[in-house]
Parts: sequence; structure tokens; C-alpha cells
Amino acid sequence: MGGGSSPCASCKLLRRRCAKDCIFAPYFPPDDPHKFAIVHKVFGASNVSKMLQELPVHQRGDAVNSLVYEANARMRDPVYGCVGAISYLQNQVSQLQMQLAVAQAEILCIQMQQEQSPAAMVGLPPPPQDEKSSLLLATNNFNNLQQCFGFASTSSNVMQDPLKRESLWT
Amino acid sequence: MNSSRCAACKHLRRRCPSDCIFSPYFPANNPRRFAYVHKIYGASNVGKILQDLPVSRRAEAADSLYYEAYCRIKDPVYGCVGLITILHQQIYDAQCQLARIQAEIAALSSQSQSEVQQYRQDENVGPSFLPDQNGVPNSTSYYDISTWFD
Repeated sequence: MGGGSSPCASCKLLRRRCAKDCIFAPYFPPDDPHKFAIVHKVFGASNVSKMLQELPVHQRGDAVNSLVYEANARMRDPVYGCVGAISYLQNQVSQLQMQLAVAQAEILCIQMQQEQSPAAMVGLPPPPQDEKSSLLLATNNFNNLQQCFGFASTSSNVMQDPLKRESLWT
Repeated sequence: MNSSRCAACKHLRRRCPSDCIFSPYFPANNPRRFAYVHKIYGASNVGKILQDLPVSRRAEAADSLYYEAYCRIKDPVYGCVGLITILHQQIYDAQCQLARIQAEIAALSSQSQSEVQQYRQDENVGPSFLPDQNGVPNSTSYYDISTWFD
């Protein structure tokens, strides 16, 4: 601690002389003692020192930040640490992928529907030849729409009535 | 030395007591598991973490410590935080894509509705059941064809 400069947070906590080339000093300033305390509690100063020494200087800052993040997560959740967050995020990704698949299927359905003529979309034929054939055509188109949107078959019960009634016209 | 030492005691070259805190979670047949955890956290810190937890939670804690140690050894700069960053990005990208597709669905739906209405206006077709009597289609009357036969 020669020259009057304040020891870094790690050397303060470890109660040792803070050398000029202290590996911790650039990343654990004395004004934030909690940062080193938490990293030391989870990983240990010796392990952190070894990890930093194995990295090039320009990557040590990021490494310290990620170690602090992990240490904080472990303190908040001693059982799962960061793994809890990873599990939660993976679940979110899965849910979003499902929603995307549904939305993409819906868009395909709409595009298929739009490829048909507006007349077919409303279940009506072009000028009918006779009443029976126009009724059958409208029924088929309506059934196609139902299948496209996956409507329950309860409404198809309504569809069966006109087919039955058709026989009354013969 | 007892030949049935756990992986931790084997690694630390010590006797494995009957109440060894590591032995349920670091079996002898998986020496890498303890080696990774010891390299990143140190045996002493792992022991303290496990001791501070109820017995029922220690297995999960040992698994998560191993997972994090594994990630840190594979990526010494970011560890499992790198994975968290990637997942956040994936969530953001998926949300943007979903928003785009939902906007497209809304646009296509309103376009198809206006085409249908335009067709009805141009051709003056359709029994009165298609839109309701106020000219505003609603889903009930649109799909209820029983009124065809009133």
C-alpha cells in the first residue's frame, strides 16, 4: 500500500498488501466491497485469481462481471443459482415457439382462403344452374372453411339438416 | 484407504467418512463431476453450500453447481451467463417475429373482410342472413346457416 493509494476491495477483505500488479485491483475497486465479498463467498479468491490469470487481459473485465452475476444468482437461490433462470428462459422460448407455429398456421389458412374467389368465401356460387347444385356447392365450401379453422363439429349438425331437407325437393 | 471412497475424497486424497457430505452427490464412478466443481468453486465452498441447505435440496444444488462449473470450463469468460444472454436474444427475436405475424394476420383478415363486402356490393348477391340487419357482420349470424331455410 505504498504511495498512499487505497487497497482494492479484495485486498481489504483479505487483509493483505495490495501490490501494484494486483490482479483484482482493476475489477474490484475499494468503493464497492460487496462485489468482491460475494464473489469470494461463492467461488473463493484463489479460484477467481486462477480464472483471471488464465484469461487475456482484455477479457478479464467481462469474466469478472459474469462471475459477479453468477455469484449473485447463487446467493439469491442457493439451490439452483443461474440454472433456475436458464430453465425459466428456456420455457419462455418454447412457449413463444409454439405461439409462432400457431400464428404461422393461421396465416397460411388465411392465405389459402384468400386464393379462393370472394363468392366462394361467402359460400355462394356464381349464378346457380339449379337450386340443388347451388346448395351442395355452398355446403362444400362452408365445410372447407370449417376444416380450415378447425371449428367443432357441432355446427356441422346444422349442415346435415339442409342435406336431409334436400330430399324433400326431389 | 477405503476403496469405496466418493469421487470428492478420492480427488482430495483423504478418508471418506460415513457422513461425508459429498458422497451422495459425487459418486466414485463419475470423477469428472467433482473435478469440475472443485476447479471452479473449491471443495470447501461446495461443502459449505451443501451444508447450508436441507438434505432434500442438496442433490439439485449439486447438479446445478456441476452444470454451472461445466459451463464455466467450456466458456471461461461468460460461463452460463453466455447462455442466459443467448436465451434473452432468442426471446426478443421470437417476440418481434410473433408481433410481425400477428400484424400480418390482422391486415390479411381486414383485407379479406373488405373484399367480401366489396363483392356483395358489386354483385348485389347473398341472402340477407350474411351480414346482420345492421350491415355489421358478426360471427354468430355469419356461420349460422339455419336461417337459409326460414
